[in-house]
Amino acid sequence: MTGGWRRQRALIDFAVANMARRRGRNLGLFLAYTLVVFLISGVVLYGDALRREARALLADAPELVVQRLTAGRHDLIPAGWTETLAGLRGVTAVQGRLWGYHYDPALGANLTLWVPLEDAPLPGQVQIGSALAREKGLGRDDVLSFRDAYGKPFPFAVAGTLERQSELANADLMLVNEKDFRAFFAFPQGMFTDLALSVRNPREVRKVAEKVLERLPAARVISREEMARTYEAAFNWRQGLLLSVLSVLLLAFALLAWDKASGLSAEERREIGILKAVGWETGDVLAMKLWEGGLLSLTAFLAGYILAWLHVFHADAPLFTAVLKGWSVLYPRFALVPEVNVAQLASLAFLTVLPYVAATLVPVWRAATLDPDGVMRE
Amino acid sequence: MIELLDVHKTFNPGRENEYQAIRGVSLAIEAGKVTALRGPSGSGKTTLLGLLGGLTRPTRGRVRLDGRDVSALSERFLTLLRRDTFGFVFQQFQLIRDLSVLDNVMLPAQPTGRSYAEIRRRALALLEDLGLAQRAATPSQWLSGGEAQRAAIARALINDPRVILADEPTSHLDSDLSQQILAILGRLREQGRTLILSSHDPLVFEVGLVERVVTVKDGVIVP
Amino acid sequence: MIFQPPALALLFASSLNALMLTGVGLFALYLLVRWNPASGGEAQIALERRTHLASTLVALSLVLGLPALALFVHTADAMAPFFIGAMCAIGSLKANVWGFPALYTMLAGFFLAAAWLVLNHLDNRGWDYPLIRPKYGLLLLLAPLALAQAVLLWLYFLDLQPAVITSCCGSLFGPAAEGVGHDLAALPVQWARPAYGLVWGLTLASGGLFLARGRGGRVFGVLSGLHLPAALAAVVAFVSLYIYEEPNHHCPFCLLQAEHGHAGWLLYPLLFLGTAAGVGAGLAMGVRADSLQDAGPLAARKLAWVAMAGIGGFGLLAWGYVWRSNLVLG
Ligand SMILES: Nc1ncnc2c1ncn2[C@@H]1O[C@H](COP(=O)(O)OP(=O)(O)OP(=O)(O)O)[C@@H](O)[C@H]1O
Ligand SMILES: [Mg+2]
Repeated sequence: MTGGWRRQRALIDFAVANMARRRGRNLGLFLAYTLVVFLISGVVLYGDALRREARALLADAPELVVQRLTAGRHDLIPAGWTETLAGLRGVTAVQGRLWGYHYDPALGANLTLWVPLEDAPLPGQVQIGSALAREKGLGRDDVLSFRDAYGKPFPFAVAGTLERQSELANADLMLVNEKDFRAFFAFPQGMFTDLALSVRNPREVRKVAEKVLERLPAARVISREEMARTYEAAFNWRQGLLLSVLSVLLLAFALLAWDKASGLSAEERREIGILKAVGWETGDVLAMKLWEGGLLSLTAFLAGYILAWLHVFHADAPLFTAVLKGWSVLYPRFALVPEVNVAQLASLAFLTVLPYVAATLVPVWRAATLDPDGVMRE
Repeated sequence: MIELLDVHKTFNPGRENEYQAIRGVSLAIEAGKVTALRGPSGSGKTTLLGLLGGLTRPTRGRVRLDGRDVSALSERFLTLLRRDTFGFVFQQFQLIRDLSVLDNVMLPAQPTGRSYAEIRRRALALLEDLGLAQRAATPSQWLSGGEAQRAAIARALINDPRVILADEPTSHLDSDLSQQILAILGRLREQGRTLILSSHDPLVFEVGLVERVVTVKDGVIVP
Repeated sequence: MIFQPPALALLFASSLNALMLTGVGLFALYLLVRWNPASGGEAQIALERRTHLASTLVALSLVLGLPALALFVHTADAMAPFFIGAMCAIGSLKANVWGFPALYTMLAGFFLAAAWLVLNHLDNRGWDYPLIRPKYGLLLLLAPLALAQAVLLWLYFLDLQPAVITSCCGSLFGPAAEGVGHDLAALPVQWARPAYGLVWGLTLASGGLFLARGRGGRVFGVLSGLHLPAALAAVVAFVSLYIYEEPNHHCPFCLLQAEHGHAGWLLYPLLFLGTAAGVGAGLAMGVRADSLQDAGPLAARKLAWVAMAGIGGFGLLAWGYVWRSNLVLG
């Protein structure tokens, strides 16, 4: 161990003893600090988790979706459109999709019935989203029954629940067979809800969209990028709103920290004077004070972050749900998939620790440069 | 070894409460001897000690240590020099509350980069030597006046300085305790250290410890 | 305009950094005019006390600099999916004209701040502030750089258009590209491999010589500095090929992605820290001051060890990738 490191060890020891001696005062600061980190980390963790959900939702989406508009309203698409679009340059596949909403009065919410293009369930069977399974208390082989388009009960046997890679993506989802779908909704044969277009080169997506509109003026074309951007914008806006509200809190906290650091008590001034008079250099006192701030920051950051993490991923984030999630009124329990990532931690440290350090640096320096010779008199 | 050359110290220069505490002092302190500054309250003894020990910067004039001009030294190196050369015993003990006696004694050695065990060993030896060994773990504010003064002396000795500056070492003590402290200071002298005291306590000048008396009055030395 | 938490964090950190260093820069001007160590007067003491604040601020700036750089590159990489045509950080950085200049100022800021800290460390060891003028002179360079970096980052994030069509790394380092990137990519591997090996070996040899004999410290500093462009060229010319196991993928940024084992996150920090320490060692040997006769070489030795570990580690890792690769090239 070199002298330099021993010196730091000694300074850390003293800093810890110093904080322990002023427990009450440091505790208040620690709690305020932890609260700030908790709230800001919560917003960031929650927003990022939702963003990830949305991305997962779009990951399997086709590059382009074509809908038909009649009198400005979404209308069913005749199978003939598929051939019209299949010939377009750059388009690798066109597939008709079937999906629709069913209002469930018992839940008071809309469910999405979806016919997967591959691996559809067998007739009479259904695969359901995890939130729906939870809400209805359903498991494998249970029977789920809804009233169909003619008001008759239509039973589905639960073949399984969808795994929770993404909750948003499949929370309210029911995957059904094409035959059941058409029967349930009395959906006309030869018609589809919309068309999914695959485009080989991402740079050609816009070109293809233009050509679709040229051929089929009654179509509406939605690209995956556009949807991603819409989601992103919605999240950014909400998260930005919350963060800007919290930045006021952060400012208040920085002011508090500044005030605490600059308002040294007579006792503290005397102690720093003693240290300097007995041979501590300005740099020693400065380093010791920086250690104090550093240790406080570290513990408060960890405490705040861990609490935020538990709040978001294990307590369903009751504090943020209303503002951030926005669209989903369905699920009282909405478990996000947890993730820890270094970039997020670094961002949070920048956003929360840096204001504290910035606010206390000058007062700490002032304290460290106090004149030692006052100690010779009282 | 320490020389003051026409040293002036003005507090709050240029302000309303400007005060000339030292007005032109030239003084040479000899190594290995016991020098005492004597004078009435407010005459400038403490200020002069501060100037001799590099704790106070002169407003004018030069301070030399072993022939080297230290008044122009940067703050940092003046501090390091002070740490290695001088041990201070302040008028008001100046121990840190809620810190044990041992921790207080170890304080000046903490930033030197010496090993913790070594510093601790030396501090315990000093406390033993001064009869405070059983008080090592006691918070410093619980000490009696005599104990506090001995703890302060132990602290002044932790970095093994050549010079001890003691400001009114007996001012808060009764005569028995004063005798005890003066005996300790006598032992330091025998160890070959230079002692500079300030006092207006007649006892200090009676016990035969002081070898040279410097009389201070209104910021100047009177013969 | 993209205001996700990492972007906000970067903007906040760089603005604070600019504010701090501008203050320090103004102080540097003042100090260079007023500094008078012989005085010992109140003004000089006050000035001296302020240098403590200045060095703390620059140290903080360096502590921020490296994570900020990493966060910026990581964010650029993570944003790639939002730009049409972007595959990695390059696409995001090229999404407007500010991205690469911002990256360059961050890199330059890191190396300058590192050099400053070496000077500061030495200056603190000499009793007469031997390096105070070069040190504060250097700050006059660092402060505008920090300001430029903050402005560029703001411009970059404010000016980001999500839908913009940008270029992917292939257009910078591929066969159809032009400019330095292409020239490096076009270097024949048979030549590039031994050439880099030579530079690397020479740098390490001079470092070893310095550590063993205490001589040639400045040569080592210069070689460490020259090793940086050589190492970057090596990454583009051949190391990347072996990591991707594709004969035509030269991108130095895709290395940061998880698919390639985060190789970049191992290689670049070693390289940058090693370079900064090596140049710092040269600097510590290069300064001439009576009061630093012992401190200079002592600091240089420590830095040289760090530099050897960084540069040596980078090279070993790079050769390791080449050796382990399934790609066979001439
Ligand atoms: N910081 C200061 N500002 C203004 N005046 C001061 C300051 N410090 C000391 N003085 C004044 O300088 C004079 C000398 O003070 P000093 O403490 O040196 O006296 P002293 O001889 O030690 O007195 P005592 O015996 O009471 O300790 C006093 O009149 C005191 O009021
Ligand atoms: Mg006095």
